[in-house]
Amino acid sequence: MNLWWLMLVCGVVTFGIRYSFIAAEGHYQPPAWFRRLLPFVPIAALTALVAPELLLVQGEILLGSGNPRLWAGLMAIVVAALWRNTLLTIGCGFVALLVLQRI
Amino acid sequence: MNRTQAFSLGLRSVMPLLIGVAPFGVIYGVVALQSGIPPLAAMAMSSIVFAGSAQFLLAQLVGAGAPLLLTAGAVGLVNLRHALYSASVAPILAHLPRRWKILLAYLLTDEAYAAAIPHLLADDKDARSPHAHWILFGSGFGLWAGWQVATLAGVLIGAQLPSNLGLDFALPLTFIAIVVPMIDSRALLVSALTAGAAAVALAALPYKVGLFIAALAGLIVGALLTRKTA
Repeated sequence: MNLWWLMLVCGVVTFGIRYSFIAAEGHYQPPAWFRRLLPFVPIAALTALVAPELLLVQGEILLGSGNPRLWAGLMAIVVAALWRNTLLTIGCGFVALLVLQRI
Repeated sequence: MNRTQAFSLGLRSVMPLLIGVAPFGVIYGVVALQSGIPPLAAMAMSSIVFAGSAQFLLAQLVGAGAPLLLTAGAVGLVNLRHALYSASVAPILAHLPRRWKILLAYLLTDEAYAAAIPHLLADDKDARSPHAHWILFGSGFGLWAGWQVATLAGVLIGAQLPSNLGLDFALPLTFIAIVVPMIDSRALLVSALTAGAAAVALAALPYKVGLFIAALAGLIVGALLTRKTA
């Protein structure tokens, strides 16, 4: 029983965070600087998710050949910048990872 | 764009992310059972909480017998970055009835947001389809369904599945495919570099708080740069 209450509370907390600004929209007038932050949310939040995945191996920054994910990721960044194609980017990234893991 | 087209665009956009999410869902199912959570509760958690990394944390804290308030607080910290997504999509969803806002907020994960946002921002406000929210519904529903199936697989067949195929690399790769084409100004580039560097520097902070602070740093730097050039 206790576990179900715990899950319910955690579900409410999670939903509350996701609902917060969506619910408040229209009920408050955000300051102009706040609106200027919003265009950067996708870029900043998603890059924050990606960078540690590429640069860190078990919590340490690893730049050399011991970190194939970094080089495969950089390859994917170049492909994404040149061709702007999602599947091509993912495909090249995986192929690069497989090749780098083997050499 | 009609409803069906918008929904299927969202669904298609989230598919590559499902490749990366599925192994996490399976591992979550296994970890939950190992923490002493009954199979039914482990499955229910994927619907009630529906947040990947928070569910891992929750399973671990339940296993360790942590008190309710500490567990809920930790889950809140892990999911704090979702408030940024909420702020980001709020103006786009402003005109919708409350039941839509509740549904889309419930489905607002990293992956659903990432898959939908380029399409939501692609058109300017006047040209945006009145059914644009169906894109977010499509990506959100696709991720939700995939997460439930993956969790079920973890709970039912669990440890027999090979979990270390490197498929999780699909997540950063897809995020790269989404983010890089969106960077079309110096402010966006500097914002990305700031957030990325800060996330690496702060990665050791507990409960993924570093991700939230790093994203905030990226937002602030970007906004400061646009004010200077505007």
